[in-house]
Amino acid sequence: MVRFGRVGLAYPNPQGDPGQAALRDVSFALGEGSFTWLLGPSGAGKSSVLRLMQAAIRPTSGVVSVLGTDIGQAERAALPALRRKIGVVHQEFRLLPHLSAWDNVALPLRLAGRTEAAVRQDVNEILDWLSLAAKAGRNPAELSGGEQQRIAIARAIITRPALLIADEPTSELDVFEARRLIALFAEMNRLGTAIVVATHSEDLPARHPARVITLSEGRIIDAP
Amino acid sequence: MRREAGGRGDPIGLRGALADRLLVALIAAMALFAACAVAGQAAVSQLAQRWQQGANTAITVQIPNPSPARMEAALEALRALPAVREAREVDPARMAELLRPWLGDVAGLPLPGVIELRLADLAADPVLIGDKVAEAVPGAVTEAHGVFVARLAALARALSLAALGVVLLVAAVAASVVVIAVRAGIAARRDSVMVLHMLGAPDRDIARRFARRTSWLALLGGMLGVAVAIALLWALMQLAAPILPEIDWQDLPLPGLAAIPISAALIAWGATILSILLWLRRLP
Repeated sequence: MVRFGRVGLAYPNPQGDPGQAALRDVSFALGEGSFTWLLGPSGAGKSSVLRLMQAAIRPTSGVVSVLGTDIGQAERAALPALRRKIGVVHQEFRLLPHLSAWDNVALPLRLAGRTEAAVRQDVNEILDWLSLAAKAGRNPAELSGGEQQRIAIARAIITRPALLIADEPTSELDVFEARRLIALFAEMNRLGTAIVVATHSEDLPARHPARVITLSEGRIIDAP
Repeated sequence: MRREAGGRGDPIGLRGALADRLLVALIAAMALFAACAVAGQAAVSQLAQRWQQGANTAITVQIPNPSPARMEAALEALRALPAVREAREVDPARMAELLRPWLGDVAGLPLPGVIELRLADLAADPVLIGDKVAEAVPGAVTEAHGVFVARLAALARALSLAALGVVLLVAAVAASVVVIAVRAGIAARRDSVMVLHMLGAPDRDIARRFARRTSWLALLGGMLGVAVAIALLWALMQLAAPILPEIDWQDLPLPGLAAIPISAALIAWGATILSILLWLRRLP
């Protein structure tokens, strides 16, 4: 499902030349329905790995294959369809501020061209599942951090993606909300979604044991 | 359940990001200029046509005592000049017909013979032509008012082309205004555009969302500008009515004016699509 082969990544500097390497010689593979923790301190390269997985950037060297698409070689026009198959939860939620919670969740379905009737059914169902039906009409600014995070998750999973990526999803949440979020991820994983969660906290992998890939200074230092 | 009204059609929130009123006002001003230029072009073009018909005979030569020998000598002298493309005697019967409204039956009057000239070169000096024909036929009189009219017609044609140039320039400025507004819109909604991009929205889909908004605003601005222009032109026609009684509202170039809002919308659509696609190409 996801394969990194000797991946190197260097973000361009302001002059457009390759800058300092963010990833060096990173290799691993994730299977369908897997649950993976991506561990490491800030600046270790976790977010870069996730950005490569969601085709937000291309590798400088090596091979990144996601859902059968070679991110480095794929035509630019082919990437939107790939992105629609991947759910992403960002640390800072990235909800559209002028849309209601309901419309934020509906966005991926509308982009996929689903009918409004189908959109209505799926959005209402997922908001019920996440106990957010009562808040559906509110804009993100009117919701708590935990509620915004759940809306972001609902938006990420509404299309039932094969792969869900989360970058520090609990950093803005209190302990109760963080536990609830991890339980939600576990439930989705049980239903067949492959999940990759980047975190700098070692408590979360302890609470939900799964495969852990540890990064430091752009290299994998531990990947069982 | 309360729902965001703009959620389906406006996920980027362009209604608050595109400086709607300013864009409509600027496009309205451009449309007003364009409408005035189109109306001016149509009016000048009509004048040029009318003047050109009058200038077909650039010079007339009157020959007193028009005996066949004198007329033949005058024609021969004129046809020998390189500046003269054509010299033709006006039929005396036609002359009598032309004079009838003013002089009545002119059969008994000693009318001069008249020769119409068409010039090969409108810059030719009519005085020199007059001197040459007067040498050949003493008493010949040359009238060169047609040259002036022909030059006016040429000026009118140049003005007509200049008006078209103004329309093109206004179109270019309108496109630039739209591009600037779109760039401001992207700057204001960069995060939303990035979210759509990362959710898998194709570039053309994002571009169309912007283009729908800008072309609608341009259509509104265009209609507003043309409406103001029609009111202005109408007022001008009322002012001109005492000296130009034959003009009425049907003289307004209505198809051209109607095309302005549609053109504004199309220009906005094209400029927006192009600038958004170029911006999005920076993203992977």
